[in-house]
Amino acid sequence: MRSRKWRGAIYSLIVVILAWWALSALLARPIVPSPYDVLLNIIATFTAKISTHVLYSLGRILAGILLAALLGVPLGFLMGYYDRIDRLLSPLVYFTYPIPKLALLPVVMLLFGLGEVSKLIMIVLIVVFQVVITSRDAVKSIPAETFHSLQSLGASKIQTFTEIILPASLPEVLTAIRLALGTAVSILFFTETFGTEYGMGYFIMDAWMRVNYLDMYAGIVVLSFMGFCIFSAIDAAETHLCAWR
Amino acid sequence: MIQVSNLSVWYQAINESVLALDRVSLDIPRGDIITLIGPSGSGKSTFLYVLAGIQRKYAGIVTIDGRPINPKTQRVGMILQNYGLLPWKNVRDNALLGIKIKSGPQELNDYSHYILQQLDIDTLLDRYPKELSGGQRQRVAIARAFIMKPDLLLMDEPFSALDAITREEMQALFLHIWKQNSVTTVFVTHSVDEALYLGSKIVVFSSSPGRVLEIIDNPCFQMEDLRLQDQYHSMSMRLRKILIKD
Ligand SMILES: Nc1ncnc2c1ncn2[C@@H]1O[C@H](COP(=O)(O)OP(=O)(O)OP(=O)(O)O)[C@@H](O)[C@H]1O
Ligand SMILES: [Mg+2]
Repeated sequence: MRSRKWRGAIYSLIVVILAWWALSALLARPIVPSPYDVLLNIIATFTAKISTHVLYSLGRILAGILLAALLGVPLGFLMGYYDRIDRLLSPLVYFTYPIPKLALLPVVMLLFGLGEVSKLIMIVLIVVFQVVITSRDAVKSIPAETFHSLQSLGASKIQTFTEIILPASLPEVLTAIRLALGTAVSILFFTETFGTEYGMGYFIMDAWMRVNYLDMYAGIVVLSFMGFCIFSAIDAAETHLCAWR
Repeated sequence: MIQVSNLSVWYQAINESVLALDRVSLDIPRGDIITLIGPSGSGKSTFLYVLAGIQRKYAGIVTIDGRPINPKTQRVGMILQNYGLLPWKNVRDNALLGIKIKSGPQELNDYSHYILQQLDIDTLLDRYPKELSGGQRQRVAIARAFIMKPDLLLMDEPFSALDAITREEMQALFLHIWKQNSVTTVFVTHSVDEALYLGSKIVVFSSSPGRVLEIIDNPCFQMEDLRLQDQYHSMSMRLRKILIKD
Protein backbone atom coordinates (compact mmCIF):
# COMPACT_ATOMS: atom_id res chain seq x y z
CA MET A 1 0.00 0.00 0.00
CA ARG A 2 2.65 2.48 1.09
CA SER A 3 5.08 1.47 -1.65
CA ARG A 4 2.29 1.88 -4.19
CA LYS A 5 1.71 5.46 -3.05
CA TRP A 6 5.40 6.22 -3.46
CA ARG A 7 5.58 4.60 -6.85
CA GLY A 8 2.60 6.73 -7.88
CA ALA A 9 4.31 9.90 -6.68
CA ILE A 10 7.55 9.11 -8.50
CA TYR A 11 5.68 8.16 -11.64
CA SER A 12 3.74 11.46 -11.66
CA LEU A 13 6.91 13.42 -10.98
CA ILE A 14 8.58 11.84 -13.99
CA VAL A 15 5.60 12.54 -16.22
CA VAL A 16 5.42 16.19 -15.15
CA ILE A 17 9.14 16.72 -15.63
CA LEU A 18 9.11 15.08 -19.04
CA ALA A 19 6.16 17.21 -20.20
CA TRP A 20 7.81 20.32 -18.86
CA TRP A 21 11.10 19.47 -20.48
CA ALA A 22 9.42 18.75 -23.84
CA LEU A 23 7.56 22.05 -23.69
CA SER A 24 10.70 24.02 -22.90
CA ALA A 25 12.59 22.31 -25.72
CA LEU A 26 9.75 23.00 -28.13
CA LEU A 27 9.30 26.66 -27.25
CA ALA A 28 12.98 27.36 -26.68
CA ARG A 29 12.17 30.68 -24.97
CA PRO A 30 13.12 32.00 -21.53
CA ILE A 31 9.44 31.97 -20.42
CA VAL A 32 9.73 28.22 -20.05
CA PRO A 33 13.22 27.30 -18.85
CA SER A 34 14.22 23.66 -18.79
CA PRO A 35 13.61 21.77 -15.54
CA TYR A 36 17.31 21.05 -15.33
CA ASP A 37 18.24 24.76 -15.25
CA VAL A 38 15.54 25.39 -12.65
CA LEU A 39 16.86 22.58 -10.49
CA LEU A 40 20.39 23.97 -10.72
CA ASN A 41 19.03 27.38 -9.77
CA ILE A 42 17.24 25.94 -6.75
CA ILE A 43 20.39 24.20 -5.58
CA ALA A 44 22.44 27.35 -6.06
CA THR A 45 20.04 29.80 -4.40
CA PHE A 46 18.03 27.78 -1.89
CA THR A 47 19.90 28.53 1.32
CA ALA A 48 20.71 32.11 0.43
CA LYS A 49 17.46 33.29 -1.15
CA ILE A 50 14.55 30.84 -0.94
CA SER A 51 14.77 29.19 2.48
CA THR A 52 13.60 32.23 4.52
CA HIS A 53 10.53 32.54 2.32
CA VAL A 54 9.76 28.84 2.67
CA LEU A 55 9.91 29.12 6.45
CA TYR A 56 7.49 32.04 6.43
CA SER A 57 5.01 30.26 4.19
CA LEU A 58 5.33 27.01 6.10
CA GLY A 59 4.82 28.79 9.41
CA ARG A 60 1.70 30.55 8.15
CA ILE A 61 0.09 27.49 6.69
CA LEU A 62 0.84 25.25 9.67
CA ALA A 63 -0.39 27.89 12.10
CA GLY A 64 -3.54 28.27 10.02
CA ILE A 65 -4.24 24.55 9.92
CA LEU A 66 -3.54 24.15 13.61
CA LEU A 67 -5.81 27.03 14.53
CA ALA A 68 -8.56 25.76 12.23
CA ALA A 69 -8.33 22.33 13.85
CA LEU A 70 -8.32 23.76 17.37
CA LEU A 71 -11.44 25.78 16.61
CA GLY A 72 -13.22 23.44 14.24
CA VAL A 73 -12.79 20.02 15.84
CA PRO A 74 -14.25 20.87 19.27
CA LEU A 75 -17.07 22.83 17.66
CA GLY A 76 -17.87 19.96 15.30
CA PHE A 77 -17.74 17.46 18.16
CA LEU A 78 -20.14 19.54 20.24
CA MET A 79 -22.52 19.83 17.29
CA GLY A 80 -22.28 16.12 16.61
CA TYR A 81 -22.80 15.10 20.22
CA TYR A 82 -25.43 17.58 21.38
CA ASP A 83 -28.46 17.88 19.13
CA ARG A 84 -29.38 21.24 20.61
CA ILE A 85 -26.06 22.84 19.73
CA ASP A 86 -26.33 21.32 16.27
CA ARG A 87 -29.81 22.77 15.69
CA LEU A 88 -28.50 26.14 16.78
CA LEU A 89 -25.31 26.22 14.70
CA SER A 90 -25.91 24.02 11.67
CA PRO A 91 -28.03 26.55 9.78
CA LEU A 92 -25.29 29.14 10.28
CA VAL A 93 -22.60 26.79 9.04
CA TYR A 94 -24.61 25.70 6.02
CA PHE A 95 -25.58 29.24 5.17
CA THR A 96 -22.01 30.54 5.25
CA TYR A 97 -20.33 27.45 3.83
CA PRO A 98 -20.95 28.22 0.11
CA ILE A 99 -19.69 31.80 0.37
CA PRO A 100 -16.40 31.90 -1.52
CA LYS A 101 -14.05 32.77 1.31
CA LEU A 102 -11.66 34.56 -1.00
CA ALA A 103 -14.38 37.13 -1.57
CA LEU A 104 -14.08 38.02 2.10
CA LEU A 105 -10.44 38.96 1.68
CA PRO A 106 -11.11 42.71 1.23
CA VAL A 107 -13.29 42.74 4.35
CA VAL A 108 -10.73 40.84 6.38
CA MET A 109 -8.01 43.21 5.22
CA LEU A 110 -10.05 46.28 6.02
CA LEU A 111 -10.67 44.96 9.51
CA PHE A 112 -7.31 43.40 10.30
CA GLY A 113 -4.88 45.19 8.05
CA LEU A 114 -2.40 43.83 5.54
CA GLY A 115 -0.27 41.95 8.07
CA GLU A 116 0.02 38.43 9.41
CA VAL A 117 -3.37 38.38 11.12
CA SER A 118 -5.26 38.72 7.85
CA LYS A 119 -3.24 35.98 6.21
CA LEU A 120 -3.87 33.64 9.11
CA ILE A 121 -7.58 34.44 9.20
CA MET A 122 -7.94 33.67 5.50
CA ILE A 123 -6.36 30.22 5.85
CA VAL A 124 -8.44 29.46 8.93
CA LEU A 125 -11.60 30.53 7.11
CA ILE A 126 -10.86 28.15 4.27
CA VAL A 127 -10.04 25.12 6.39
CA VAL A 128 -12.30 25.52 9.40
CA PHE A 129 -15.64 24.91 7.66
CA GLN A 130 -14.50 21.60 6.25
CA VAL A 131 -13.23 20.59 9.66
CA VAL A 132 -16.42 21.59 11.50
CA ILE A 133 -18.75 19.78 9.12
CA THR A 134 -16.58 16.68 8.90
CA SER A 135 -16.10 16.31 12.64
CA ARG A 136 -19.79 16.85 13.23
CA ASP A 137 -20.78 14.20 10.71
CA ALA A 138 -18.12 11.82 11.98
CA VAL A 139 -19.53 11.99 15.51
CA LYS A 140 -23.09 11.61 14.26
CA SER A 141 -22.20 8.50 12.29
CA ILE A 142 -20.89 6.62 15.33
CA PRO A 143 -23.50 3.89 15.93
CA ALA A 144 -25.33 4.05 19.27
CA GLU A 145 -24.11 0.56 20.17
CA THR A 146 -20.51 1.77 20.17
CA PHE A 147 -21.33 3.73 23.31
CA HIS A 148 -22.97 0.81 25.12
CA SER A 149 -19.84 -0.63 26.73
CA LEU A 150 -18.80 2.72 28.13
CA GLN A 151 -22.33 3.50 29.30
CA SER A 152 -22.48 0.25 31.25
CA LEU A 153 -19.13 1.12 32.80
CA GLY A 154 -20.43 4.50 33.90
CA ALA A 155 -17.77 6.36 31.95
CA SER A 156 -17.58 10.13 32.30
CA LYS A 157 -18.12 12.56 29.42
CA ILE A 158 -14.37 13.08 29.17
CA GLN A 159 -13.72 9.34 29.06
CA THR A 160 -16.37 8.93 26.37
CA PHE A 161 -14.65 11.68 24.45
CA THR A 162 -11.13 10.26 24.64
CA GLU A 163 -12.06 6.60 24.26
CA ILE A 164 -14.67 6.90 21.52
CA ILE A 165 -15.38 10.26 19.94
CA LEU A 166 -11.82 11.33 19.25
CA PRO A 167 -10.46 8.04 17.87
CA ALA A 168 -13.63 7.33 15.89
CA SER A 169 -13.59 10.63 14.04
CA LEU A 170 -9.87 11.35 13.77
CA PRO A 171 -9.44 9.64 10.38
CA GLU A 172 -12.18 11.68 8.74
CA VAL A 173 -10.97 14.92 10.29
CA LEU A 174 -7.44 14.34 8.99
CA THR A 175 -8.83 13.58 5.53
CA ALA A 176 -10.81 16.83 5.58
CA ILE A 177 -7.73 18.82 6.51
CA ARG A 178 -5.72 17.10 3.82
CA LEU A 179 -8.35 17.92 1.21
CA ALA A 180 -8.66 21.54 2.34
CA LEU A 181 -4.90 21.92 2.07
CA GLY A 182 -4.93 22.53 -1.70
CA THR A 183 -7.22 25.55 -1.36
CA ALA A 184 -5.30 26.73 1.66
CA VAL A 185 -2.02 26.83 -0.28
CA SER A 186 -3.66 28.84 -3.09
CA ILE A 187 -5.03 31.33 -0.58
CA LEU A 188 -1.67 31.53 1.09
CA PHE A 189 -0.02 32.33 -2.22
CA PHE A 190 -2.58 35.00 -2.94
CA THR A 191 -2.31 36.71 0.44
CA GLU A 192 1.47 36.68 0.26
CA THR A 193 1.48 38.79 -2.87
CA PHE A 194 0.90 41.95 -0.83
CA GLY A 195 1.63 43.40 2.57
CA THR A 196 4.74 41.31 3.12
CA GLU A 197 8.25 40.85 1.83
CA TYR A 198 8.48 37.27 2.98
CA GLY A 199 6.82 34.08 1.81
CA MET A 200 6.78 32.04 -1.36
CA GLY A 201 3.96 34.12 -2.83
CA TYR A 202 6.05 37.24 -2.50
CA PHE A 203 9.15 35.47 -3.83
CA ILE A 204 7.39 34.21 -6.95
CA MET A 205 5.67 37.50 -7.79
CA ASP A 206 8.86 39.43 -7.11
CA ALA A 207 10.84 37.20 -9.47
CA TRP A 208 8.14 37.69 -12.08
CA MET A 209 8.39 41.49 -11.76
CA ARG A 210 12.16 41.26 -12.06
CA VAL A 211 11.67 39.09 -15.15
CA ASN A 212 13.83 36.47 -13.49
CA TYR A 213 12.07 33.40 -14.82
CA LEU A 214 14.55 30.95 -13.36
CA ASP A 215 13.82 32.28 -9.85
CA MET A 216 10.12 32.33 -10.55
CA TYR A 217 10.06 28.68 -11.57
CA ALA A 218 12.28 27.77 -8.66
CA GLY A 219 9.69 29.40 -6.39
CA ILE A 220 6.80 27.52 -7.99
CA VAL A 221 8.62 24.20 -7.67
CA VAL A 222 9.55 24.82 -4.05
CA LEU A 223 6.02 25.93 -3.14
CA SER A 224 4.54 22.83 -4.79
CA PHE A 225 7.04 20.63 -3.03
CA MET A 226 6.13 22.25 0.30
CA GLY A 227 2.46 21.52 -0.30
CA PHE A 228 3.28 17.95 -1.24
CA CYS A 229 5.31 17.51 1.95
CA ILE A 230 2.48 18.72 4.21
CA PHE A 231 0.02 16.56 2.28
CA SER A 232 2.25 13.51 2.74
CA ALA A 233 2.81 14.26 6.41
CA ILE A 234 -0.94 14.31 7.09
CA ASP A 235 -1.34 11.21 4.99
CA ALA A 236 1.37 9.44 7.00
CA ALA A 237 -0.25 10.54 10.27
CA GLU A 238 -3.53 9.13 9.01
CA THR A 239 -1.98 5.79 8.13
CA HIS A 240 -0.21 5.62 11.46
CA LEU A 241 -3.12 6.67 13.67
CA CYS A 242 -5.72 4.69 11.80
CA ALA A 243 -4.01 1.32 11.53
CA TRP A 244 -7.12 -0.20 13.07
CA ARG A 245 -9.19 0.53 9.99
CA MET B 1 -29.99 -8.31 45.60
CA ILE B 2 -31.58 -7.10 42.38
CA GLN B 3 -35.28 -6.34 42.54
CA VAL B 4 -37.27 -5.79 39.40
CA SER B 5 -40.95 -5.11 39.62
CA ASN B 6 -43.34 -4.38 36.77
CA LEU B 7 -40.57 -3.40 34.39
CA SER B 8 -41.86 -2.33 30.99
CA VAL B 9 -39.76 -0.95 28.15
CA TRP B 10 -40.92 0.69 24.94
CA TYR B 11 -38.70 1.47 22.00
CA GLN B 12 -39.55 4.37 19.76
CA ALA B 13 -39.33 3.17 16.17
CA ILE B 14 -39.90 5.52 13.21
CA ASN B 15 -43.67 5.83 13.61
CA GLU B 16 -44.69 3.23 16.12
CA SER B 17 -43.65 2.36 19.63
CA VAL B 18 -42.55 -1.20 20.23
CA LEU B 19 -43.26 -2.85 23.55
CA ALA B 20 -40.15 -4.89 24.27
CA LEU B 21 -40.72 -5.87 27.92
CA ASP B 22 -44.14 -6.20 29.50
CA ARG B 23 -44.36 -5.93 33.30
CA VAL B 24 -41.41 -8.14 34.14
CA SER B 25 -40.96 -8.88 37.84
CA LEU B 26 -37.97 -10.77 39.13
CA ASP B 27 -35.72 -10.98 42.19
CA ILE B 28 -32.10 -12.00 41.89
CA PRO B 29 -30.38 -12.71 45.24
CA ARG B 30 -26.82 -11.47 45.69
CA GLY B 31 -24.25 -13.95 44.51
CA ASP B 32 -26.77 -15.90 42.49
CA ILE B 33 -26.49 -16.79 38.87
CA ILE B 34 -29.60 -16.87 36.75
CA THR B 35 -29.94 -17.85 33.13
CA LEU B 36 -32.41 -16.06 30.96
CA ILE B 37 -33.83 -17.99 28.02
CA GLY B 38 -36.45 -17.03 25.47
CA PRO B 39 -37.11 -16.73 21.77
CA SER B 40 -35.45 -14.13 19.59
CA GLY B 41 -36.95 -10.69 20.10
CA SER B 42 -38.29 -11.51 23.56
CA GLY B 43 -36.41 -8.62 25.15
CA LYS B 44 -33.52 -10.46 26.78
CA SER B 45 -30.93 -7.93 25.64
CA THR B 46 -33.28 -5.12 26.59
CA PHE B 47 -33.52 -6.53 30.11
CA LEU B 48 -29.72 -6.46 30.43
CA TYR B 49 -29.59 -2.91 29.02
CA VAL B 50 -31.88 -1.78 31.83
CA LEU B 51 -29.75 -3.42 34.52
CA ALA B 52 -26.58 -1.96 32.99
CA GLY B 53 -27.97 1.56 32.85
CA ILE B 54 -27.82 1.70 29.06
CA GLN B 55 -31.60 1.81 28.65
CA ARG B 56 -32.70 4.57 30.96
CA LYS B 57 -36.26 5.03 29.83
CA TYR B 58 -38.50 2.42 31.40
CA ALA B 59 -41.56 2.01 33.57
CA GLY B 60 -41.53 0.07 36.84
CA ILE B 61 -39.03 -0.16 39.65
CA VAL B 62 -35.55 -1.60 39.41
CA THR B 63 -33.15 -1.52 42.35
CA ILE B 64 -29.78 -3.05 43.05
CA ASP B 65 -29.12 -3.50 46.78
CA GLY B 66 -31.99 -1.13 47.42
CA ARG B 67 -30.59 1.68 45.32
CA PRO B 68 -31.62 2.79 41.84
CA ILE B 69 -29.43 1.80 38.93
CA ASN B 70 -26.30 3.89 38.57
CA PRO B 71 -23.48 2.64 36.36
CA LYS B 72 -21.09 5.11 37.96
CA THR B 73 -21.28 3.50 41.40
CA GLN B 74 -22.00 -0.06 40.27
CA ARG B 75 -19.25 -2.20 38.86
CA VAL B 76 -20.97 -3.88 35.95
CA GLY B 77 -19.12 -6.30 33.74
CA MET B 78 -21.15 -6.53 30.57
CA ILE B 79 -20.61 -8.78 27.60
CA LEU B 80 -22.71 -7.35 24.82
CA GLN B 81 -24.29 -9.50 22.16
CA ASN B 82 -22.18 -7.76 19.51
CA TYR B 83 -19.15 -7.96 21.86
CA GLY B 84 -18.86 -4.18 22.29
CA LEU B 85 -15.18 -4.01 21.32
CA LEU B 86 -13.81 -0.67 20.19
CA PRO B 87 -12.33 -1.12 16.72
CA TRP B 88 -9.49 1.36 17.35
CA LYS B 89 -8.18 -0.52 20.38
CA ASN B 90 -6.09 -3.63 20.16
CA VAL B 91 -6.87 -6.76 22.14
CA ARG B 92 -4.83 -5.63 25.15
CA ASP B 93 -6.50 -2.23 25.40
CA ASN B 94 -9.95 -3.64 24.75
CA ALA B 95 -9.50 -6.25 27.46
CA LEU B 96 -8.28 -3.62 29.91
CA LEU B 97 -10.95 -1.04 29.03
CA GLY B 98 -13.33 -1.99 31.83
CA ILE B 99 -10.78 -1.77 34.60
CA LYS B 100 -9.28 1.36 33.05
CA ILE B 101 -12.59 3.21 33.20
CA LYS B 102 -13.18 2.04 36.76
CA SER B 103 -9.70 2.33 38.23
CA GLY B 104 -7.51 4.36 35.86
CA PRO B 105 -4.86 3.27 33.33
CA GLN B 106 -3.59 -0.26 33.83
CA GLU B 107 -0.85 -2.62 32.76
CA LEU B 108 -1.41 -6.33 32.42
CA ASN B 109 -1.04 -7.88 35.86
CA ASP B 110 -0.98 -11.51 36.99
CA TYR B 111 -4.72 -11.82 37.16
CA SER B 112 -5.49 -10.23 33.79
CA HIS B 113 -2.75 -12.31 32.24
CA TYR B 114 -4.22 -15.43 33.78
CA ILE B 115 -7.64 -14.61 32.32
CA LEU B 116 -6.25 -13.86 28.86
CA GLN B 117 -4.29 -17.09 28.97
CA GLN B 118 -7.29 -19.14 30.06
CA LEU B 119 -9.31 -17.65 27.23
CA ASP B 120 -6.45 -18.47 24.87
CA ILE B 121 -6.10 -14.93 23.51
CA ASP B 122 -2.84 -13.98 25.22
CA THR B 123 -0.99 -14.37 21.93
CA LEU B 124 -3.22 -11.89 20.10
CA LEU B 125 -2.60 -8.84 22.29
CA ASP B 126 -1.50 -6.47 19.54
CA ARG B 127 -4.22 -7.33 17.05
CA TYR B 128 -7.18 -5.10 16.26
CA PRO B 129 -10.74 -6.47 16.38
CA LYS B 130 -11.01 -6.54 12.58
CA GLU B 131 -8.13 -9.01 12.58
CA LEU B 132 -9.91 -11.47 14.87
CA SER B 133 -12.46 -14.21 14.27
CA GLY B 134 -15.92 -13.88 15.79
CA GLY B 135 -15.10 -16.33 18.55
CA GLN B 136 -11.86 -14.52 19.36
CA ARG B 137 -13.67 -11.19 19.61
CA GLN B 138 -16.19 -12.76 21.92
CA ARG B 139 -13.40 -14.00 24.16
CA VAL B 140 -11.87 -10.52 24.32
CA ALA B 141 -15.25 -9.22 25.53
CA ILE B 142 -15.35 -11.99 28.13
CA ALA B 143 -11.84 -11.13 29.24
CA ARG B 144 -12.79 -7.48 29.63
CA ALA B 145 -15.69 -8.36 31.90
CA PHE B 146 -13.71 -10.84 34.04
CA ILE B 147 -10.60 -8.69 34.40
CA MET B 148 -12.51 -5.80 35.95
CA LYS B 149 -13.76 -8.06 38.79
CA PRO B 150 -17.36 -6.86 38.60
CA ASP B 151 -20.06 -6.84 41.28
CA LEU B 152 -22.61 -7.65 38.66
CA LEU B 153 -21.99 -9.68 35.55
CA LEU B 154 -24.36 -9.32 32.60
CA MET B 155 -23.66 -11.75 29.79
CA ASP B 156 -25.59 -11.61 26.53
CA GLU B 157 -25.11 -14.93 24.76
CA PRO B 158 -21.38 -14.77 25.49
CA PHE B 159 -20.49 -18.15 24.05
CA SER B 160 -22.69 -18.10 20.96
CA ALA B 161 -19.85 -17.69 18.47
CA LEU B 162 -17.73 -20.53 19.82
CA ASP B 163 -17.51 -24.10 18.56
CA ALA B 164 -19.07 -26.80 20.72
CA ILE B 165 -15.85 -27.95 22.37
CA THR B 166 -14.55 -24.45 23.11
CA ARG B 167 -17.97 -23.50 24.40
CA GLU B 168 -17.99 -26.31 26.94
CA GLU B 169 -14.48 -25.35 28.00
CA MET B 170 -15.58 -21.74 28.40
CA GLN B 171 -18.65 -22.74 30.39
CA ALA B 172 -16.47 -24.75 32.77
CA LEU B 173 -13.95 -21.90 32.98
CA PHE B 174 -16.72 -19.44 33.65
CA LEU B 175 -18.15 -21.57 36.48
CA HIS B 176 -14.65 -21.97 37.88
CA ILE B 177 -14.04 -18.21 37.96
CA TRP B 178 -17.55 -17.55 39.15
CA LYS B 179 -17.10 -19.88 42.15
CA GLN B 180 -14.06 -17.92 43.28
CA ASN B 181 -16.01 -14.68 43.63
CA SER B 182 -19.72 -15.58 43.42
CA VAL B 183 -20.57 -12.53 41.38
CA THR B 184 -24.27 -11.90 40.86
CA THR B 185 -24.79 -12.90 37.25
CA VAL B 186 -27.51 -12.66 34.64
CA PHE B 187 -26.68 -14.94 31.76
CA VAL B 188 -28.71 -14.74 28.54
CA THR B 189 -28.71 -17.78 26.33
CA HIS B 190 -30.55 -19.44 23.47
CA SER B 191 -29.41 -22.87 24.51
CA VAL B 192 -31.44 -25.07 26.82
CA ASP B 193 -28.30 -27.00 27.67
CA GLU B 194 -26.43 -23.87 28.66
CA ALA B 195 -29.36 -22.62 30.73
CA LEU B 196 -29.37 -25.87 32.69
CA TYR B 197 -25.63 -26.06 33.12
CA LEU B 198 -25.04 -22.50 34.30
CA GLY B 199 -28.20 -21.26 36.01
CA SER B 200 -29.14 -21.81 39.63
CA LYS B 201 -32.45 -20.35 38.47
CA ILE B 202 -33.78 -20.33 34.95
CA VAL B 203 -36.03 -17.50 33.83
CA VAL B 204 -38.07 -18.13 30.70
CA PHE B 205 -39.25 -15.17 28.66
CA SER B 206 -42.23 -15.29 26.30
CA SER B 207 -41.97 -14.20 22.70
CA SER B 208 -42.34 -10.49 22.00
CA PRO B 209 -43.38 -8.53 24.03
CA GLY B 210 -41.30 -10.23 26.68
CA ARG B 211 -43.05 -11.47 29.82
CA VAL B 212 -41.80 -13.84 32.46
CA LEU B 213 -43.33 -17.21 31.61
CA GLU B 214 -41.73 -19.18 34.42
CA ILE B 215 -38.97 -18.99 36.97
CA ILE B 216 -37.56 -22.44 37.58
CA ASP B 217 -35.27 -23.52 40.41
CA ASN B 218 -32.70 -25.61 38.64
CA PRO B 219 -31.86 -28.86 40.46
CA CYS B 220 -29.15 -29.60 37.90
CA PHE B 221 -26.99 -26.61 38.87
CA GLN B 222 -23.48 -27.66 39.92
CA MET B 223 -24.30 -31.34 39.46
CA GLU B 224 -21.36 -33.61 38.66
CA ASP B 225 -21.33 -35.00 35.13
CA LEU B 226 -24.55 -33.15 34.53
CA ARG B 227 -25.11 -34.20 30.97
CA LEU B 228 -25.15 -37.89 31.93
CA GLN B 229 -27.88 -37.51 34.56
CA ASP B 230 -31.54 -38.39 34.10
CA GLN B 231 -32.62 -35.21 35.80
CA TYR B 232 -30.79 -33.19 33.16
CA HIS B 233 -32.87 -34.82 30.46
CA SER B 234 -36.19 -34.42 32.23
CA MET B 235 -35.43 -30.74 32.97
CA SER B 236 -34.39 -30.28 29.41
CA MET B 237 -37.71 -31.72 28.22
CA ARG B 238 -39.60 -29.49 30.60
CA LEU B 239 -37.87 -26.34 29.40
CA ARG B 240 -38.40 -27.22 25.77
CA LYS B 241 -42.11 -27.78 26.40
CA ILE B 242 -42.47 -24.33 27.98
CA LEU B 243 -40.66 -22.72 25.08
CA ILE B 244 -42.64 -24.59 22.42
CA LYS B 245 -46.04 -23.98 24.03
CA ASP B 246 -45.34 -20.26 23.90
N1 LIG C 1 -33.61 0.35 18.99
C1 LIG C 1 -34.78 -0.31 18.83
N2 LIG C 1 -35.83 0.31 18.24
C2 LIG C 1 -36.99 -0.32 18.08
N3 LIG C 1 -37.24 -1.59 18.47
C3 LIG C 1 -36.23 -2.26 19.06
C4 LIG C 1 -34.95 -1.66 19.26
N4 LIG C 1 -34.15 -2.57 19.87
C5 LIG C 1 -34.90 -3.67 20.02
N5 LIG C 1 -36.14 -3.50 19.56
C6 LIG C 1 -37.26 -4.48 19.60
O1 LIG C 1 -37.42 -4.86 20.94
C7 LIG C 1 -37.67 -6.25 21.05
C8 LIG C 1 -36.69 -6.90 22.01
O2 LIG C 1 -35.40 -6.83 21.46
P1 LIG C 1 -34.14 -7.51 22.17
O3 LIG C 1 -32.93 -7.17 21.40
O4 LIG C 1 -34.14 -7.14 23.60
O5 LIG C 1 -34.49 -9.07 22.00
P2 LIG C 1 -33.60 -10.34 22.38
O6 LIG C 1 -34.45 -11.22 23.24
O7 LIG C 1 -32.29 -9.94 22.90
O8 LIG C 1 -33.44 -11.06 20.96
P3 LIG C 1 -32.24 -11.96 20.43
O9 LIG C 1 -32.36 -13.29 21.08
O10 LIG C 1 -32.49 -12.05 18.96
O11 LIG C 1 -30.96 -11.27 20.76
C9 LIG C 1 -37.62 -6.81 19.64
O12 LIG C 1 -38.94 -6.98 19.19
C10 LIG C 1 -36.92 -5.74 18.85
O13 LIG C 1 -37.42 -5.70 17.54
MG1 LIG D 1 -30.40 -10.12 22.29
